[in-house]
Amino acid sequence: MKQAIFTLFFLVSMFAGFTQRVRLLSLDELYARTATGKDTTYAINFWATWCRPCIAELPYFEAINDSLKHERVKVLLVSVDFLSVKESTLEPFVQKKGYESELFILNEKNENEWINRVSPDWSGAIPATLIINTAGNHHRFYEQDFSNYQELYSVIQPLIQAKQ
Amino acid sequence: MKQFIGFSIFLFVVMSLLGQGAEVKKNGLQPGDKAVDFKLENVDGKMITLNHYKKEKGIILIFTCNHCPYSVAYEDRIIALHNTYSKLGFPVLAINSNNPEIVPEDSFEEMKKRAKEKKFTFRYIYDATQAIAKEYGATRTPHVYLLKKQGKEFEVAYIGAIDDNSQDTGAVTQKYLENAISSVQKGQKPEPETTKAIGCTIKWKK
Repeated sequence: MKQAIFTLFFLVSMFAGFTQRVRLLSLDELYARTATGKDTTYAINFWATWCRPCIAELPYFEAINDSLKHERVKVLLVSVDFLSVKESTLEPFVQKKGYESELFILNEKNENEWINRVSPDWSGAIPATLIINTAGNHHRFYEQDFSNYQELYSVIQPLIQAKQ
Repeated sequence: MKQFIGFSIFLFVVMSLLGQGAEVKKNGLQPGDKAVDFKLENVDGKMITLNHYKKEKGIILIFTCNHCPYSVAYEDRIIALHNTYSKLGFPVLAINSNNPEIVPEDSFEEMKKRAKEKKFTFRYIYDATQAIAKEYGATRTPHVYLLKKQGKEFEVAYIGAIDDNSQDTGAVTQKYLENAISSVQKGQKPEPETTKAIGCTIKWKK
């Protein structure tokens, strides 16, 4: 019986671990992630499940994350969906799409404050992308969508070189 | 000829800025600027210009649309704002600048339907060429421009969000727009004059 309960518990936790792919994080935690990570270039994309141009460009971010691993480039997908829809909408959505980049949902309340902390150039419209090179302390901000892989690659590539 | 060269240089500068694709340039109107006039069709078929607002003390101009969840989240608050502030001389004027080829739900026909369904008592005008969104520098929906009467013209008094919580009306702590209106009523400068919020991008024609 004990074993059965244990097995059940194990299965449930596996299942929970499998379905909970999106981690909650504050902006400070996001910057801590880029400062302490082993990668040197981070492409941080702000998106939401309701934002069509965001979803359209996510495959290019996924491709960057996959193809530039050896260049120590990491894609962080940060959802600005309402926290209240994390379980109901966001988790099933990323599950279905099978995204492999690191997934987060931003845990910040005061938009007028945190948007400026990401970039003074950001009006708040999404998609928006922040590219950070931790080695050279370079960052670039783009309030726009990228229409193909090459377009996205061309803005990340100069920051990869900046590390050398 | 001089004009042509001047224009060519201007074009070159614009193109090179666009080419960089880097930071978003601060363009459009800023607080203190004269409001740009327009002539756009309302959902009732009438053409609306700033001249229609002779007695009003100001206009709550809101770039919004049908489809954006943030606009939808604010819809009831926008209706309430109009009910309260139109009596005080600050009516809401909603404007949709989205290109319906990209988002079919934001066509003029759909605007008419939405206005009817939600019983909008405020005007909801259609910026079909997107020229007005560009002139004002609107980038997202909803994006508020509070205009105040200055002599016979209007001046931009405040740009930004309605309040500080799009997710939950009950958890709002800062009513930016209402505070700005109250400052204008007192003849003071709103503080802050601009705020930021997450929103859908205006869907530009490609």
